[in-house]
Amino acid sequence: MNAPPGNTLSLNHPALDAPALARLVAKAEVGAPPPDDDGPLYAPRRKIYPQSVHGTFRRIKWALLLVTLGVYYFLPFVRWDRGPLAPHQAVLIDFPTRRFYFFFIEIWPQEVYYITGLLILASLVLFLMNAVAGRLWCGYLCPQTVWTDLFFAIERFIEGDRREHMRRDRQKWTLETWARKGVKHFLWLMVAWWTGGAWVLYFADAPTLVKNLATFQAPFVAYAFIGILTFTTYTLAGHMREQVCVYMCPWPRIQAALTDEYALNVTYRYDRGEPRCAVSKAKELHARGEPAGDCTNCKQCVRVCPTGVDIRQGADLACIQCGLCIDACDAMMKKLGRATGLIGYDTDINIKRRQEGKPGFVKIIRGRTVLYTALIVVIGAVMLYTLATRHDLLLAVIHDRNPLAVLLKDGSVRNGYTLRIINKRLQQREFELSIAGPPHTRLAIVGTVPREDGHLVVEVGPDQTREVRATVTHKGPEDVYMAPITFYATDTASSERTSATDHFHGLEEH
Amino acid sequence: MAEEHQEHKEVDALTGTPTTGHEWDGIHELNTPLPRWWLWTFYLTILFAVGYWVVYPAWPLVSKATQGVFGWHARSAVVVDINQLKALRGPMMAKLTKASLAEIKADPQLLDFASAAGHAAFADNCAPCHGAGGGGATGYPNLNDDDWLWGGKLKQIEKTIEHGARSGDDEGHQGNMPPFAGVLKPNEISTVADYVRSLSGLPTEQGADLAAGKKIFEANCAACHGPEGKGNQEIGSANLTDKIWLYGSAKATIMDGVEHGHGGVMPSWEGRLSEPTIKALTVYVWSFGGGVK
Repeated sequence: MNAPPGNTLSLNHPALDAPALARLVAKAEVGAPPPDDDGPLYAPRRKIYPQSVHGTFRRIKWALLLVTLGVYYFLPFVRWDRGPLAPHQAVLIDFPTRRFYFFFIEIWPQEVYYITGLLILASLVLFLMNAVAGRLWCGYLCPQTVWTDLFFAIERFIEGDRREHMRRDRQKWTLETWARKGVKHFLWLMVAWWTGGAWVLYFADAPTLVKNLATFQAPFVAYAFIGILTFTTYTLAGHMREQVCVYMCPWPRIQAALTDEYALNVTYRYDRGEPRCAVSKAKELHARGEPAGDCTNCKQCVRVCPTGVDIRQGADLACIQCGLCIDACDAMMKKLGRATGLIGYDTDINIKRRQEGKPGFVKIIRGRTVLYTALIVVIGAVMLYTLATRHDLLLAVIHDRNPLAVLLKDGSVRNGYTLRIINKRLQQREFELSIAGPPHTRLAIVGTVPREDGHLVVEVGPDQTREVRATVTHKGPEDVYMAPITFYATDTASSERTSATDHFHGLEEH
Repeated sequence: MAEEHQEHKEVDALTGTPTTGHEWDGIHELNTPLPRWWLWTFYLTILFAVGYWVVYPAWPLVSKATQGVFGWHARSAVVVDINQLKALRGPMMAKLTKASLAEIKADPQLLDFASAAGHAAFADNCAPCHGAGGGGATGYPNLNDDDWLWGGKLKQIEKTIEHGARSGDDEGHQGNMPPFAGVLKPNEISTVADYVRSLSGLPTEQGADLAAGKKIFEANCAACHGPEGKGNQEIGSANLTDKIWLYGSAKATIMDGVEHGHGGVMPSWEGRLSEPTIKALTVYVWSFGGGVK
């Protein structure tokens, strides 16, 4: 038997009534045959020829495909004016200057925690989607799904829909078959190449890079990455397809462990579908007053499935829950004049309840959905707050570790510090440095002469940091053992001020 | 044989999957073989490993390892990397070589570069005696303070690094603290030690004869340390009136120093470090905060 890969069996399966189970158990107890180690080392791949389908979910998938791919392919060309000192690309990961630009947001390397926060939010949204309606990500948004969908569309356009394609593959290959395959692979490679090309545009000024790529002036690394991503896109979306979901991706496994019985899933409503029988047989059974299911065993749901599973066998690791079987089944039911929704977003609990004559229900608000939503709101709010209130002037201070304190000739004690002034504004600024610490202390900046008014002023370039060495000398009647000290950097033009605290150490011997 | 196996082939009724025939405590192992591409990828990695053995150094032999047909060598790869780094630093290093110390100090970009280069060179060459941050130790001067035996101006620091002190370099600093054992009697050494402590305001022993100490000092010590004990950077004699003591301020320590003398050695770095490295070190040490304008 050819079982779908990674098949898991639901014990709610309609075929498993008590006598059937008893038979299975009896069969299993017959006794184990001797080990068979001569079997094949691998499972042969079943080529899947998904049939095209029309309906609500197909339309949703087309719309999402256009939006997601549109964003991916064209976002690098969106411009954003940041003045003469910064790039004009709305989204840019600028490795040489170590900046990440996202519209009005500029991220420095030390602010990578925002990316961490985004990743945490992304995983929580994934969990929430899963708690509400199963593998929404897999079915509609995952790049593997979206690109595979696009590659299927190209394949159907060139090689025809399921029947035509299968027939051509089965027959002796003619010149036309070869030509069609050639055109298909060429188009696939073009899409893959454009995908790789769009990727590198996020790392440099897009229009310039496009020009340089076309005139062979672009750096080797750009061509190399386009090559790598062309290869991966072509291989994963054109050839590996459902194998990625079944064998490579960890999410189906994690998803199966995270889900619960209330999550909506693409479900075959076996309470309505069983026993399966042809239309004429159903009429006959109805006439006799016997039960007949709505499923005619037309297998449309299996034929349209991009991963080749039979949804009627229950939840499956390989099922990405894209909803195309719903569209296929609904179309068939409409033709037969039966109610749609034999396959739909539902839960096993509801099926059981309907079998018992109780009404179904959908329980969206549960402990986990509330928790995920709350976490998303809290983390999102914290991130927004820190982003909105972050300063474009920062000061960091590190006390010398060795020596902690230095005795000077006149008996005064000096501490050394390294100060780093961070100017995130896109203009040169002047900062006055000052301290508030124990009495009788004096600040000096190595290499900086105080101005006439006694102020210590250092300049920091636009969107830059500057490190200066500071010394604080204490000379007073009382020795200081250890006291807190605060450094201030004040913008001489705007009086914007920031501070950093550390300690002033005395000498141990004193 | 195959038919026999077919006969015995057990299929799990629940999943429709054949079993391997292996059974543990009534649990049968389903036979869900890997996909073909996976298996081929696995074989490819084995092939890759064999190729790796051939082209790169891999197998240890008795006296050396197999060399690999690419001729790749970790040591020569490092040399290439270092040369690339040198080429990268080239323009700044050239600028540093040409610039005077005063010019380096005045140019923030050059000062940053020199400080970074000096930091690395200091950790490699100077930290063993002077400490990682130049904090010094007993007998090894603290480079952060404002007390300089041989002077704390940029030029003076550069000279000390270049030629050292008592280093055997003809251009290096000469002069040492001679031992007074035999010249001064033990009680005279004790008296002068009390007087020396009094110069910087340290408490003296009860009944110490400071006037007598002063006499001994003027007769024996003032020639180098000066009549007021303020030292002389020309000959590296210590300033005895400040609060900083290279060997310690305890009376016993001072007496020991007078009796046996001192002559710590700062090695000469000329020829061992390049000219720009010595410049970078000079600027770095100067910027510890004790440097004199």
